[in-house]
Amino acid sequence: MSNEGVNNPRRRVLVGASLVMGAVGTASALVPFVASWSPSAKARAAGAPVKADISKLEPGQQMVVAWRGKPVWIVRRSAEAMANLVTLDDSLADPASVVSKQPVYVPGTAARSLRDEVVVLIGLCTHLGCSPTYRPEVVPTDFDANWQGGFYCPCHGSTFDLSGRVYKGKPAPTNLEIPPHFYESDAVILIGEDGVNA
Amino acid sequence: MAVGNPNRAKAEKGIIRWIDDRFPLTQMWQDHMSKYYASKNFNVWYVFGVLSLLVLVNQILTGIWLTMSYVPTAEGAFASVEYIMRDVEMGWIIRYMHSSGASAFFVVVYLHMFRGLMYGSYQKPRELIWLFGMAIYLALMAEGFFGYLLPWGQMSYWGAQVILSLAGAIPVVGEDLVQWIRGDYLISGITLNRFFSLHVIALPIVILALVVLHILALHDVGSNNPDGIEIDQNKDENGVPVDGIAFWPYHVVKDLVAVGVFLTVFCLVIFFFPEGGGYFIEKPNYEPANSLKTPEHIAPVWYFTPYYSMLRAITFPLFGLDAKFLGVVTMGGAIAILFVMPWLDRSPVKSMRYKGWLSRAWLAIFVVSFIILGYLGTLATTEGRTQVAQLCTVLYFLYFILMPFYTRMEATKPVPARVV
Repeated sequence: MSNEGVNNPRRRVLVGASLVMGAVGTASALVPFVASWSPSAKARAAGAPVKADISKLEPGQQMVVAWRGKPVWIVRRSAEAMANLVTLDDSLADPASVVSKQPVYVPGTAARSLRDEVVVLIGLCTHLGCSPTYRPEVVPTDFDANWQGGFYCPCHGSTFDLSGRVYKGKPAPTNLEIPPHFYESDAVILIGEDGVNA
Repeated sequence: MAVGNPNRAKAEKGIIRWIDDRFPLTQMWQDHMSKYYASKNFNVWYVFGVLSLLVLVNQILTGIWLTMSYVPTAEGAFASVEYIMRDVEMGWIIRYMHSSGASAFFVVVYLHMFRGLMYGSYQKPRELIWLFGMAIYLALMAEGFFGYLLPWGQMSYWGAQVILSLAGAIPVVGEDLVQWIRGDYLISGITLNRFFSLHVIALPIVILALVVLHILALHDVGSNNPDGIEIDQNKDENGVPVDGIAFWPYHVVKDLVAVGVFLTVFCLVIFFFPEGGGYFIEKPNYEPANSLKTPEHIAPVWYFTPYYSMLRAITFPLFGLDAKFLGVVTMGGAIAILFVMPWLDRSPVKSMRYKGWLSRAWLAIFVVSFIILGYLGTLATTEGRTQVAQLCTVLYFLYFILMPFYTRMEATKPVPARVV
């Protein structure tokens, strides 16, 4: 093989073009592998909305329903608890839920609810996703001597009030998330859709 | 026949000669065993590399057998592990060999890495050995993490939930990234399936390949030793290092003693303490995964706890970044900084035997901090514990950050030319 008469610029262009095409081809071949990790059609279908019947939920009680496999809490708060919530602003990190995730039709008030005393929350801590425990009693606890009732995360110690608003100086950055939901009737909440609120 | 190395070693005759004419068998045996010379002054710290290899073989062998009875679905996983424990003949011992083997792997790897820090085994010309080793360590942590989800117990589930949520702290893309890794809106059977695939196929292949690279790099530049003397500086007329002895049979026979001691301890654990007091298999993992209820106290397996402590120690925002993201950065940084070790140590000598007191003191501070962080990581947080963890995190990083300064400043002792 002789190198005489070789057109070097032409050779460089051909090598370069082949390399680029090879890289494009390899990158394209990655698409199915990356795409197959996204939620499948079956997983998306399982993320359908769920209904919750709150007619038997007494004041002070919490019920848990699973939406997309996540715990969703529905809490009917007592009149005293409602009165107490508006007094907590100073000790909360985001009292008006400005940076926290909640649908636009849920007001950023102390109640954080569509219908006064009934609040709907995704029961996963915004820190690292543990599920906090429901501690509604206004009694001193080992994690807060001045506990006003709310939720306590056993993993890293974040605390939330009964509207899911996070207290200051805790690892959780934002309030508990509120899922899209609406009242189908007075007794039935549909979780996972904006419904009539949209 | 002009192909291959015409000067390579060949057997005189027989079947080996037949192979040697077609494959460099004798040459490879000599390069890596019978004519691989390592220093004669190896001490007990030099057995943990071989022991890592032994545990790797244990994990692969028992892993293959576990896969024969394990069911990688959300519905079947927990029950199939109990099936292995109760109904499969000798299944319990194979599972305990695997679960205790995971902890044993990290014990020997941590000791192996400490040996490297102590005797400067990462220094020139062994930087690549260190980098391949760190890559193995990283792959091993991923392997341990994916494997821990498979029994589908409460701690499997919520441990994975917490660790996966770490990726969610990355600004902008975090949440989508986590969903992509899970393949679902929560950790589900879909996540379990892909973790199973990564645990039994992808990562073992990566780890095996890296181990080959680690050993090839080692056998190219030669082993370090407790004095940090390069033995190939002194060779006899045959080109054999005078302070070296052949790996086969001398080092192998010595390593067999270590293997015997290790297996004795390993069997004691498997037979009498297979759960390691809740450190190897945590108690909540005897309850099936429940996506609606978090266990009272969550702690990762012991070999992750030092980094987990650092994650929790960051409780304050800084430079406009929130605490959660900073915690993740700190945790990642603690592992990443180990990679650049070879370029932080500016000492003219390798071994602690000839370094000054500053190096020794900092190594001690580093080890103590790491152990305290590991212990705190297994406990629930209190204000006091968080402060201790913060202090230890700072010391951990100072060991590395100050290294270029104290290794240059301190007076070192002269390194002898020969191993005595």
